[in-house]
Amino acid sequence: MKILVCPLNGPRPVSEFAYGGEVRRMPDPDACSDAEWSAYVFNRSGSPGVKFEWWCHIASGFWFIVERDTARDLVVATHPAEAARARAGVVVGRVAEAAAGGAVTGGSTP
Amino acid sequence: MFTRHESLKSSYDVVIIGAGGHGLAAAYYLARDHGIRNVAVLEKGYLGGGNTGRNTTIIRSNYLTPEGVQFYDESVRLWQDLSTDFDLNLFYSTRGHFTLAHTDAAMRTMRWRAEVNKHFGVRSEAVDAAFVKRALPMIDMECGGHAPILGALYHEPGAIARHDAVAWGYGRGADRRGVEIHQQTEVTGIRVAGGRVTGVETTRGAIATSRVLCAVAGYTPRILDMLDLHTPIYIHPLQAMVSEPVKPWLDPIIVSGSLHVYVSQTARGELVMGASLDPYELHQTRSTLDFAEGLAAHMLDLFPFLSEVKVNRQWAGLSDMTPDFAPIMGTTPVEGFFLDAGWGTWGFKATPVCGKTMSHTVATGRNHPLIEGFTMDRFAEYRLTGEKGAASVGH
Repeated sequence: MKILVCPLNGPRPVSEFAYGGEVRRMPDPDACSDAEWSAYVFNRSGSPGVKFEWWCHIASGFWFIVERDTARDLVVATHPAEAARARAGVVVGRVAEAAAGGAVTGGSTP
Repeated sequence: MFTRHESLKSSYDVVIIGAGGHGLAAAYYLARDHGIRNVAVLEKGYLGGGNTGRNTTIIRSNYLTPEGVQFYDESVRLWQDLSTDFDLNLFYSTRGHFTLAHTDAAMRTMRWRAEVNKHFGVRSEAVDAAFVKRALPMIDMECGGHAPILGALYHEPGAIARHDAVAWGYGRGADRRGVEIHQQTEVTGIRVAGGRVTGVETTRGAIATSRVLCAVAGYTPRILDMLDLHTPIYIHPLQAMVSEPVKPWLDPIIVSGSLHVYVSQTARGELVMGASLDPYELHQTRSTLDFAEGLAAHMLDLFPFLSEVKVNRQWAGLSDMTPDFAPIMGTTPVEGFFLDAGWGTWGFKATPVCGKTMSHTVATGRNHPLIEGFTMDRFAEYRLTGEKGAASVGH
């Protein structure tokens, strides 16, 4: 993966981007248990697969979502964050949890 | 060198997943110190072919947390007798280890680490720029003018060793004591009944066992998925490269956190170099030009005279990273399933002590006192072990 297609800036070298981690749904801090909260804070889906991830184009400060196969280092698609939110209902795979919660981004910060 | 076993037995007292240094060391100490010899070590690839054969072979104990310092110091002690233990030359070579400081903040950290180290009897000193220059007359103290060296943490016991031989030595020692090593045997499932391990499924058939030790570094999350266990482990590649052989000129091991370089010269004269983790998750051991260019540029900041030296090889391993840069070891919520993971970029030097402590843990069912700071449940309790003495990671 040497070129990443930014939804705002088009194809750019991957060195212009910062990886922000997987898109995860934040549980309601007032309603969830301590165990749920610590699992959200620390635990990650470490196995390979197609994941939805936050990436930032550093020069323009633009955050967006990359759908990437972490086993093969291939980008499936890139999405503006808003479009990804709208797609939440049809999101499958690694962000099944987020989809079940009804929001891809769910207010989580990378 | 090893006994070839045509088939798996139907049951073993202990099954170890992963025939790298850690897994084989645990097998060795289980057989030697605990008398548990009905052990199978299962390896999906070949012996020592993972991070054991991909690291930059540096051994040191100048960490920052009391847990880390004591743990790695015990490892350094074990290292020093291993060649005799194995009757196999590991080329263990004590070189001295400099962690260069390029800023006042880094100097302060070096003093902190030196004091923690000395408190636990580990030989480390904060040294000034003149000391560094005397030990390394060929270094550019200004680093091209943009990162002048102010001093260093000098750790006299810092050493390098021949990493493949570590796996061979532990493997042969275990093999001679009756442990079976099965290569080309991948674990595809772990059987659990009533919260206890009952067996392991492999590409060569099922095995009954009540105790499983998982020592698979970058593949840990895939094994944990089989048990529905969740950890903070995430996987980034760590690359390294080696130069053509040149005349011996670099005796100590040099590390610069600010410049993202660590380098030592092998007995054959090659410079073994590493830098920092790749910037995003990936389960692949491909090499990148970005890495080679970045590392070479920083090497030239320190040693401009190397500009004509060629790079021979470049490679990568899969690092199982944790948020506090400390490992995850010991018992788990599944009875009989033991974890030796989260070894990220710092696992090679810990090979002997991991074998010692994990064999104790597997044999007794209770965590060894030296690994109590590294247990899996520390995250749920917000009791992290912030090990900022780790290499190849930004702090």
